[in-house]
Amino acid sequence: MTWQALIYVTLKGSVLDPQGTAVTKALHAMQYTNVHDVRVGKYLEVVFDADNEQAANEQVQAMCAKFLTNPVIETYTYRLAEVAS
Amino acid sequence: MKTAVIQFPGSNCDMDAVKAVQSTTAGTAELVWHTTKDLSAYDVIVVPGGFSYGDYLRAGAIARFSPVMDAVATEALRGKLVMGICNGFQVLTEAGLLPGALRQNESLQFRCEMAQLVVENTDTPYTRSYHEGEVIRIPIAHGEGNYYADDATVQELEKNEQIVFRYRKEHNPNGSVGDIAGIVNKNKNVLGMMPHPERAVHELLGSADGVRLFTSIFTTWRDAHGTR
Repeated sequence: MTWQALIYVTLKGSVLDPQGTAVTKALHAMQYTNVHDVRVGKYLEVVFDADNEQAANEQVQAMCAKFLTNPVIETYTYRLAEVAS
Repeated sequence: MKTAVIQFPGSNCDMDAVKAVQSTTAGTAELVWHTTKDLSAYDVIVVPGGFSYGDYLRAGAIARFSPVMDAVATEALRGKLVMGICNGFQVLTEAGLLPGALRQNESLQFRCEMAQLVVENTDTPYTRSYHEGEVIRIPIAHGEGNYYADDATVQELEKNEQIVFRYRKEHNPNGSVGDIAGIVNKNKNVLGMMPHPERAVHELLGSADGVRLFTSIFTTWRDAHGTR
């Protein structure tokens, strides 16, 4: 089975995001004064094979923990879907 | 004293490091390609500055899986001196050989300038030729040198005297926690620092304050091995 993981990586809430702060200020300057906060992150699409959904989930989590994110400063969420192979 | 300077695709301070070791010590230094799997012949390992693998994904994230990094970890465990400068510091944190991580500079700017560092700890193989509290001038050149570790880790670093260099108060160029510019591991044989001592080895370069870092390393090696 072929899967696609859509992975969103952001800095942890406890870690200041200077890019997000700059974007927030720019939005305020554009009169979007209702904007409270922006956090800038990364988006990855990973297409891979795995026998079943559980194995696919485990693999995404392992790839994120070991390599795709730095757990010292980053956190992530992801969506997983089976794609036609 | 034999020094290996690791060369990744995208390293660019590698020759500077080789020449700094050659010009400041009686030891030898050579480039070692990142596919090398055995570093046992070397006494000192330098992971140099640059943009290994284009800083793709995160600075140091891909270099850390290079074949040579297992050998670096092996020699670090054996107590050999392993020093990461700038991108090398990023690689060593990604590899888990040093705690914490390097974030984007708070200013969002790439900073290329002379920095003023306070030598916090002279009881390391890298700083024994400095005076405690001495302010030295070492250049920086980085966009992601903003050191971060959580409170518990920083307390641990303080307690174990692992903080080696701090930026002078009010002169922190990147927003690092505790003004941290360089740290060692618990055993004090692995050093990571954002400033470039290899670019400060002659007055013509604007500062010669980096010389004593290399002479400290050499003195440490000589004390352990004689004058070979």
